[in-house]
Amino acid sequence: MTRFFARNRHTVQRLGFTLITLVAVMTVIPIVGVIIFIVYQGGPAISTEFITGFPYDGMRSGGILPAIIGTLYLTIGTAVFSVPLGIAAAIYLSEYAKDNQATRLIRLAIINLAGIPSVVYGLFGLGLFVLFLKFGTSILAASLTLSIMTLPVIISTSEEALRAVPQSFRTVSISLGATRWQTIRRIVLKEALPGILTGVILGLERAAGETAPILFTGAAFFLPRLPGSPFDATMALPYHLFVISTQVPEMPIQIQYGTALVLLVFVLTMNVIATIIRSRARARRQW
Amino acid sequence: MEKSLNWREFIITRAIKASGYSAIVFVLLIFFFLLRESLPTLTRVETSSLLGTRWYPIEDYFGILPLITGSLVVTLGAALIAIPFGIGTAVYISEIAPRWMREILKPLVELLGGLPSVVLGFLGILVVSPFLRVFLDLPTGLTAFTGSLLLGGIAVPTVVSVAEDALDSVPRAYREGAWALGATKWQTIWRVTLPAAKSGVLTAIMLGIGRAIGETMTVMMVTGNAPVLATTLGSLFSPVRTMTATIAAEMGEVATGSTHYHVLFFIGIVLFLISLIVNVIASSVVFRAKKRAERILS
Amino acid sequence: MVDKILIENLSLQYADGTESLQNISMGIRPNAVTVLFGPAGGGKSTLLRCLNRLNDLTDIKTSSGRILIDGENILDPKTDVIALRRKVGMVFARPVPLPMSIRENITYGMELAGENRRSVLDEAVERSLKLAAIWEEVKDRLNDPAVALSGGQQQRVCLARVLALQPEIILLDEPTSGLDPISTGKVEMALQELKKNYTVILVPHSVQQAARTADYAAFFLQGELIEYDDGKKIFTTPKEKKTEDYIMGRFG
Repeated sequence: MTRFFARNRHTVQRLGFTLITLVAVMTVIPIVGVIIFIVYQGGPAISTEFITGFPYDGMRSGGILPAIIGTLYLTIGTAVFSVPLGIAAAIYLSEYAKDNQATRLIRLAIINLAGIPSVVYGLFGLGLFVLFLKFGTSILAASLTLSIMTLPVIISTSEEALRAVPQSFRTVSISLGATRWQTIRRIVLKEALPGILTGVILGLERAAGETAPILFTGAAFFLPRLPGSPFDATMALPYHLFVISTQVPEMPIQIQYGTALVLLVFVLTMNVIATIIRSRARARRQW
Repeated sequence: MEKSLNWREFIITRAIKASGYSAIVFVLLIFFFLLRESLPTLTRVETSSLLGTRWYPIEDYFGILPLITGSLVVTLGAALIAIPFGIGTAVYISEIAPRWMREILKPLVELLGGLPSVVLGFLGILVVSPFLRVFLDLPTGLTAFTGSLLLGGIAVPTVVSVAEDALDSVPRAYREGAWALGATKWQTIWRVTLPAAKSGVLTAIMLGIGRAIGETMTVMMVTGNAPVLATTLGSLFSPVRTMTATIAAEMGEVATGSTHYHVLFFIGIVLFLISLIVNVIASSVVFRAKKRAERILS
Repeated sequence: MVDKILIENLSLQYADGTESLQNISMGIRPNAVTVLFGPAGGGKSTLLRCLNRLNDLTDIKTSSGRILIDGENILDPKTDVIALRRKVGMVFARPVPLPMSIRENITYGMELAGENRRSVLDEAVERSLKLAAIWEEVKDRLNDPAVALSGGQQQRVCLARVLALQPEIILLDEPTSGLDPISTGKVEMALQELKKNYTVILVPHSVQQAARTADYAAFFLQGELIEYDDGKKIFTTPKEKKTEDYIMGRFG
């Protein structure tokens, strides 16, 4: 049997390549298909009223503005907590940390944070922020929960961006009389910024699309007004989509697809922005 | 001038160091809070009943076994889909596709990774599940299989990007050496490149499985939410309930401090520990492989 | 003439066990080009990096001895290392233009020190680029990215970058190793001009370069200082057999 394969190596290769190509195509087609399908089905629902209006009749008509604004608030809230902390932690790992047991422990902790199921984050957020710290079901609690969840992504991608900056820059800077922080601020951070930004946007994109962490920490189905303070609960696109597709009887399908489309656009726009930043930075790089 | 610079730099350096350790703080924080809220379970519910096969909280049946098997079945199914498709696509992108195709495919796969799980669950309810019900002639389309299908799709991007990175970092010299010995590209991939990237590929698989176990919304929307013990192959095509879906579905309706409340936290800490173990194993595999590689190359 | 730099019993061992310097003692004269030459692994670069405390960034297991610059031991923990690095400048083997314009490269060190007066910076830019023999070539494109220059030009900009801080000692670690002969010649000529006002220590990339440029030369072999003498003498009539063997090319 092996001899058959050996003698017909090139046929085997051609078959193998075809198979793998098929596999890749079968993986990629659904991605494109999903997007096109949602655009096609949800497109008709999109109108100015849909984007800027409030829902009524139990969500069965009207607009989804509060959900859009809510997701915006949550994304900003997540950014406020996770971005500074994440970048600082990345700077520590890339520029200060030595290769010892403590550093390995930190990396293990980051890997673990990255692997915790999103619903467990929701439980944690409920236990700590909503109940123990008495923030209640609020934008604050939900943002804090989402921040911790987004932290590992930001740390990993930021550290990678920082490490990509050539070591020779640091050596030269130090030899000219710079302190370590001066070197980081003036050269390393500046050059790593596009990579860091890409990672931040991708991390926030994931946070914007998550439902489970905000289920018990900040999401509400129907609010008569837009949230006025971080201690208010809020509507949010992913949660809204979840409820209208599973728990509201006689929900017009078009509104469901429309909501899905808006969420998709929100998330994909961030993805596209991140990709553009990344490729433009790569072209403009002076190293 | 120098003095104030030193003082400011000192504070900034301290803040950066503290941020570095914050990850450890958060993991411990999460663990302790989960522990705190889940421990009462052990006093209020007998362990034997906890490991029972009936999950019916209204009547105080807290057997978590059906939930565990539910998660296992769905995850296994997802792995069976995600691994071949994920590795295959990674091999295609890294070894076979022309350069221009690679530039299109990589962002596309990353795009899939960014799709919110609730959107996939939504499509699962409206499109996939009715289709499967008709196509496979089932009483309902909301089954473990539906969940596996969609979960596989969610796990694939993770598997592809990590595996593709691993394959990409195999030194060109390995492939060239094989070609010089007369191997075809196909033979090189399977006998040289893939084995060389073994640890990275394994990590990709474990991360993909981790992603699948932890997925909540999609499974909650399409697996039917019936906490039935999965025993036979046929269970794949009937409704199940995963651990994650249980927490998400029932947490909103429990009273704080009730037994049900604590049991849900208990399930939460079980999930936490499972992902902890998977991650520790995955990282030690990578660590040991890296050490071995360092020894060989030094 | 008093030695600018006095090295007393300097020994150094890296964390991975490699012994880099063994009991080095020598004096470096001011206003001259002192050359440290020898085969790879001899400790020459390590010695250079001790002189501006750049070795602080690497893992050192043990070190002992003193290095006196103008009578002060710079290995003392209380030394102001930042000020030291401005006083002792270094040019590296590969040109490392910082990812900024030519002008910004030159003013980088001064801005670190807090200098931001436009007139002072402009004057420094012109002065240093002239000293490095590259002013005429780049004076019209100071705002272009430094990385757009050729290798030889980049290296001279790196030299100017160091000169802008008005150091007293200039260290050069194989500065012309990647450059073509013309650029190499320009750098060597600049060094001959610079030695009039600075103390220059050079690790050459060939014995020929050492012979061309050295006022004084020290031969290093595997961490030990084998011979240290007048430049003219050591390359024509070396005292030690090992020195002679290396110069003759019998090993390397």
